[in-house]
Amino acid sequence: MKPIRIHKGRVAPLHRANVDTDQIIPKQFLKRIERTGFGEFLLFDWRRTSDGKHDPSFVLNHPRYAGASVLVAGKNFGCGSSREHAVWALEDFGFRVLIAPSFADIFANNCVKNGVLTVVLSEDEVGEIARRAAEIDDYEITVDLEQCKVHDDHGLTAAFQIDEFTRHCLLEGLDDIGLTLQHEAEIAAYEARHAAPISPI
Amino acid sequence: MAEKFTLFDKIWNEHVVCVPAGRLPLLYIDLHLVHEVTSPQAFEGLRVAGRRVRQPERTVATVDHNIPTEPRGTPIKDPIAARQIGALQQNCRDFGVPLFDMDSSEQGIVHVIGPELGLTQPGMTIVCGDSHTSTHGAFGALAFGIGTSEVEHVLATQCLHQRKPKSMRIDVRGRLGEGVSAKDLALGVIGQIGIDGATGHVIEYTGEAVRGLSMEGRMTLCNMSIEAGARAAMIAPDETTFDYMKGRRFVPRDWDEAVVRWRALASDPGAAYDATVEIDASLLAPFVTWGTNPGMIAPVDGRIPEVSDLKADRPAVERMLEYMGLEPGTRIEDISVDRVFIGSCTNSRLEDLRAAARVAKGHRVAPKVRAMVVPGSQAVKHAAEQEGLHKIFLDSGFEWRESGCSMCLGMNPDILQPGERCASTSNRNFEGRQGRGGRTHLVSPMMAAAAAIAGHFTDIRNWRFR
Ligand code: SF4
Repeated sequence: MKPIRIHKGRVAPLHRANVDTDQIIPKQFLKRIERTGFGEFLLFDWRRTSDGKHDPSFVLNHPRYAGASVLVAGKNFGCGSSREHAVWALEDFGFRVLIAPSFADIFANNCVKNGVLTVVLSEDEVGEIARRAAEIDDYEITVDLEQCKVHDDHGLTAAFQIDEFTRHCLLEGLDDIGLTLQHEAEIAAYEARHAAPISPI
Repeated sequence: MAEKFTLFDKIWNEHVVCVPAGRLPLLYIDLHLVHEVTSPQAFEGLRVAGRRVRQPERTVATVDHNIPTEPRGTPIKDPIAARQIGALQQNCRDFGVPLFDMDSSEQGIVHVIGPELGLTQPGMTIVCGDSHTSTHGAFGALAFGIGTSEVEHVLATQCLHQRKPKSMRIDVRGRLGEGVSAKDLALGVIGQIGIDGATGHVIEYTGEAVRGLSMEGRMTLCNMSIEAGARAAMIAPDETTFDYMKGRRFVPRDWDEAVVRWRALASDPGAAYDATVEIDASLLAPFVTWGTNPGMIAPVDGRIPEVSDLKADRPAVERMLEYMGLEPGTRIEDISVDRVFIGSCTNSRLEDLRAAARVAKGHRVAPKVRAMVVPGSQAVKHAAEQEGLHKIFLDSGFEWRESGCSMCLGMNPDILQPGERCASTSNRNFEGRQGRGGRTHLVSPMMAAAAAIAGHFTDIRNWRFR
């Protein structure tokens, strides 16, 4: 997993509430057994017209947001299905940081596992960033995970909170499984105390 | 005075393996359910790292999401779906994980077969790479959905790092009226607290109306809790739970001792919750969703609300109505349907099919409606056929299919065409969920069957049963 410390990037606004993971990556793309290559299917039904062409009226298709790596979204982003493919699609498309007033639980967990930082700011702060992204050309934002702050070059600053462990994993780009396996002795002891409750399969 | 614990606290505390310094608690997972869609990348991760599945005997796999519901033995036409199913078969062989495959008499939707086989038990921690894992909480288990990275983590370590969620008690006072089902209760809860009303929380349902539900009803209620954003949902085990479980294939051999342990799981009287919500069961009606999230509900004898009467912001509601092809103020009973889907892990168990068949009996599906019934598992299908339910459905003009997720998410060929309107017993009415441009209305099995026959939504409380 790629560590993330200080990230500066162009901001794309998708300022709608309750964007669900069915929308972020529609089901027809979940049949792939690879972990990569989902970016072209991101928000497929919104980005493409029914004949498969790019819909120029959809915000992410606008040239001013080309290469954006920060997505600013509405509340409860990533609700619904647990599909991690949603995060793979966002990441493959180029997003490293997502900013919203709130995220759905499973989605937020999935982001951490893929080195994607979810930043929770107030409705007002998110609204302001979305407004600037829409109005200011080449609008960029800097997200500093060391200081837990975001700022732009136009005087906006905001602080966010994140739990220490998540922050640590993202800063270091840690392999979670490797860390857990360091506790082999404790896991084995737990198993010795607790027989499997399922009778044999 | 002794400390008081909730059901959730008790299960949580029992499963903390250790709390490594500066890290989240490491939680032991008793049962890991696996399906074809969210697992291939996890197994691949194990292979790349040279890791094994730590506890294959606590891991159970099935195929459900993308399999066709045509008669078994028909070759799978979609090569990508076939490849994904093939990958699961290969992975289960390579890593020694038991698989209830396509041709198994125990195949079914993962959240239907877990309880049915007695794998789901009170007091357990259960995970699956699927958000509706909350279903299993109906047995007093702590069950929640995880992503594919976490699937890999559990396969490798049988543990997960978890921050302890907050607790929320939802107390349902009074009794459900005639024609008002567990599905309506679930929709009523989401309508009241909102689709992110329980984010970060584990719900415990209590109260007379919840105690009065069958296990099937409790599963429906816990299943839908993720649609309110809940991390998990649970109901304390009681006689109803034990009666349902007794004699099932994988329940503990030391049954009587197990029941004693399970009884002690109930929340201590006076235990504290981080939040409490009260629901008055007598105010609930058979509901129909009219928007593109499960919180947008209206009673069947009501109307689509005026935009100004809603808390949600105006452009979002207008967008929903446009997508759904509906106008504010329309009577719900005036909305006609093209398709009906009875199935999904929310409502595809025997009791659901019985309820739908009771409505369908002696009636005919409206000529322009295509209606399908998809049992949740092979065992449900078999049991329904033993009772002759399939005959009732077929005689009334419903299709009777093989088990799987089917049109709940339309990964297989069962999908809506653009603009088609569907009365569905599933759990999500998101844009495009059942097919691009498809319009989904969530309802109970009885309401779905009635809509199929009437050709439009109709109040089940006025139904002429035959
Ligand atoms: S029936 Fe629907 S909600 Fe349930 S597991 Fe299958 S796809 Fe998911």
